[in-house]
Amino acid sequence: MKPRSITLTVNGAKRTAAAEPRVTLLDFLRGPLGVTGAHMGCEHGVCGACSVLVEGEPVRACLMFAVQAAGKAVTTVEGLAGSDGEPSPLQEAFRDAHGLQCGYCTPGMLIAAQALLDENPDPDEADIREAIGGNICRCTGYVQIIEAIKLAAENLREAAQ
Amino acid sequence: MISQAPNTRYVARKRRTQEDKRFVTGRGVFVQDIERPGMLHVAALPCPYPRARINNIDFSAALAMPGVHAVLDGAELAAATNPLYGGLKTPGVKWRPLAFELSRYAGEWVAAVAADSRAIAEDAMELIEVDYTPTDPVIDPEEAYQAGSPQVHPEHGSNVLYDGEFTWGPVDDDFAAADHSLSFRARWHRSSTVPIETFGAVAEWDEGKGILDVWASIQMPNYADQIAGAMGIPLNAVRVHQDVDVGGSYGVKRGIKHTVLIGYLSRKLERPIRLIEDRLDNMGGGDAHGPDRIFDTQVAYNADGMIKSLKIRALDDAGAYPGRGPFQLGKPIAAIVGPYTINSVHYEAISVTTNKTGQVPVRGFGQAPTNYMLERAVDKVAAALGMDRIEIRRRNFIQPDQFPYEQPSGTKYDSGNYPAVMDKVLALANFDALCARRDEIRSEGRLAGIGVATCLEPGGGNNMFEYLMNPAAEITTFMEGAEARIDGEGCITGVMATTTSGQGHETLVATILGEELGREPDDIRVIHADTLTAMPTRSPVASRMAIMLGGAITGAAAKLKAQIMAIAAHNLETPLDQLEYSGGDVSVRNDPSRKLTWNEICYIAHKQYHRLPEGAAPGLQAQHVWQVPLGGQLPDADGKVQLYPCFSFQAHIPLVEIDPGTGKVTLLEYFIAHDCGTVINPDIVRGMILGGIAHGIGAALYEKFEYAPDGQFLSATFADYLMPSTFEVPLVKDTEHCTPSPLTSHGQKGSGEGGYLGGPAAVASAVNDALSPRGLEIDQLPMRMSLIEELLNGTP
Repeated sequence: MKPRSITLTVNGAKRTAAAEPRVTLLDFLRGPLGVTGAHMGCEHGVCGACSVLVEGEPVRACLMFAVQAAGKAVTTVEGLAGSDGEPSPLQEAFRDAHGLQCGYCTPGMLIAAQALLDENPDPDEADIREAIGGNICRCTGYVQIIEAIKLAAENLREAAQ
Repeated sequence: MISQAPNTRYVARKRRTQEDKRFVTGRGVFVQDIERPGMLHVAALPCPYPRARINNIDFSAALAMPGVHAVLDGAELAAATNPLYGGLKTPGVKWRPLAFELSRYAGEWVAAVAADSRAIAEDAMELIEVDYTPTDPVIDPEEAYQAGSPQVHPEHGSNVLYDGEFTWGPVDDDFAAADHSLSFRARWHRSSTVPIETFGAVAEWDEGKGILDVWASIQMPNYADQIAGAMGIPLNAVRVHQDVDVGGSYGVKRGIKHTVLIGYLSRKLERPIRLIEDRLDNMGGGDAHGPDRIFDTQVAYNADGMIKSLKIRALDDAGAYPGRGPFQLGKPIAAIVGPYTINSVHYEAISVTTNKTGQVPVRGFGQAPTNYMLERAVDKVAAALGMDRIEIRRRNFIQPDQFPYEQPSGTKYDSGNYPAVMDKVLALANFDALCARRDEIRSEGRLAGIGVATCLEPGGGNNMFEYLMNPAAEITTFMEGAEARIDGEGCITGVMATTTSGQGHETLVATILGEELGREPDDIRVIHADTLTAMPTRSPVASRMAIMLGGAITGAAAKLKAQIMAIAAHNLETPLDQLEYSGGDVSVRNDPSRKLTWNEICYIAHKQYHRLPEGAAPGLQAQHVWQVPLGGQLPDADGKVQLYPCFSFQAHIPLVEIDPGTGKVTLLEYFIAHDCGTVINPDIVRGMILGGIAHGIGAALYEKFEYAPDGQFLSATFADYLMPSTFEVPLVKDTEHCTPSPLTSHGQKGSGEGGYLGGPAAVASAVNDALSPRGLEIDQLPMRMSLIEELLNGTP
């Protein structure tokens, strides 16, 4: 089918590019828009490496067509940093707890964790497990990721006080 | 035996890694992020049959599609390239990127399309018409071993790739003298470590320079050599860019066939070519499956629990294309008796080829299945004698005063304190309370079990197993090189020679350079040289980088420091032995007012030849190539040889509950104590151990590449190949012990594999403990809930 012009907001900036209707949001972000933070892992919605926020909700960018995201606000891992470009408290906590190794699943983990913290500033371990339960990591065994998210929540709560 | 944290400033201290910042901000550069001008994209057509003769391929319609630049079949590629590397002496086994004449497994690539986009390439792929004649495959490895089974590689003459026997020590005498013996079969089914990033590569032939540039998600030794060999071009015509971030590998990222395929296309079309596997490519046709092994084991033991001798027959299914896979039967010889004082071993190792996708090295290089078998043996002896599983291990442990300990196959274990590590894990687990918890669950009518397992992790591989299995390969080094430079402004750069895939090698290099030079590691830049500028390397395999890259960069730092001291001695007109080095500044010991600062020394080195000592070269740069400790000798007259220099140790204690209705296993607790000598970066080591355990849990309970009896592949997606998520992996609790290695720069040993070596054995021990009140036992992995449910309730 013929390409269509698709406009959406990516990390706060309005972006327009052409894509066939069959192009996934993931391929659209990574290809025409050159936003490469979200990663292709399985392309069938299991691993979570491609997770992005669409209107604040975590979404598998491999299971959504780009045309479906037209007009919507999309946040990728690149959009988690503060306006000064410095890593966010969540990103800093992943560094402090070494909540990653190869870094490939990390953008999806951060997106899932951000969505959790946006809703629940004081998650317990079960909440964290649930929130990242759809994101597969093959490096860490999850322990340091869970510790990183706990640490981020603590730091954010302290900063809010 | 020393057992203490080293007196260091940066080594062994909790510090952030260098790598994490780029990954948490989405700035990693993976192969999928490599864009080259005019780049084309490749899709490969898989064969639908397990074994089929290729009569004809008609790709005219595909080639005519707009946006398609080339369609390649196996005949063209076979005429233009050499077969891919095979480790064994099996010239009749020809591995090629595209099947030629005969396709040998369901999923094998038979043709490839290069197009303007991957989508167009996939569209065009569907227009290729292949005329096949399907023939009978061989799927079962035991059937493959029998004469008369259908031959995967008719030119080889049988399906047996390797069949070797080793006897170390008086096996028959030990069996005759022992009070008892038992025998069992253990089955490790086909799985792998399956990184979330698939394999991918970009190749770009530059006709003007005569160079093939390659960017790849790679982790393997001699990658450039194998590309050059298959393409028939000089090794110095291949330049692999090793600064590509690799999205996990754990041994398996060895896409040599992909690379030769696109290397050929790039040369033919004079365009950059990209091939990124999709998940179906990766699982079904990527030649990236792991060991698939049947053990038949006999154990001789005495009434006091002392295990005297082992007879092990290991039959491994390497699939259609073995590559380096069969050597995974050789590496376990390094720790063939585990941490135990077993006196003698007979070992028969058999590798067969079948109509399945090919085998690659997986985390532990074959040691995980072997350790699983060994720990099953120990548990079985304990059960037969009615002895406690911890007590029997304590009795058989090599003791701290016995190191270096030569085990029967000739390898000397460098150091260790196994009883101390066992004590630590029991204390961490609060073992009596853990037993009480298990018993309470049982008293409520449910199934619960505690696992006990240990493992040795050989580290710093010297590749001697290759010689043992193929004496034509007289290779006695597995070296690693590194370079360090200090510029005229005093900035330090470390140059490593290989890719990295999550192990934190940049942090390793910066930490050790910082330690040795007394400079802040965070200010040290670490880069990955490409293969034309890099020092010799054998890549981050064999649990070797802390040992080998650590040793290489320590050597380079020592050379730099000697240059610095020589400059200081010359300018301060003071003998070396009267100088003090501190944080990069050098002063006269008895008169600290006379000193040269770091910046002054660097300036002199780079700008002031007149102030350099006679014979000194300008600048501050040093290279160092390190040979594997103890390595370099061929086997002695008795066939004994040192395999691997360093031996880490772990003890694992999990608690599981099994739902008696569904067979579902839940890991309630998991405790581990580990000893990998000096830890360079605690967070990195901890992460690798915990991650290895998660891989082990996957192999023990969930992960299996399933083939139907007719050879169709059934596990091509993540919905069929099940990997542990946060719902399956518990919050593992860990503690450490430190017995430094006497053989390495800072006392470090390997730590990348141990979790995966001990984990499967530990979970198997726990599940069997849970099943034991019902008189049931499972000796195969994975122990899926369907298998357990069938065993418990008798309904398939």
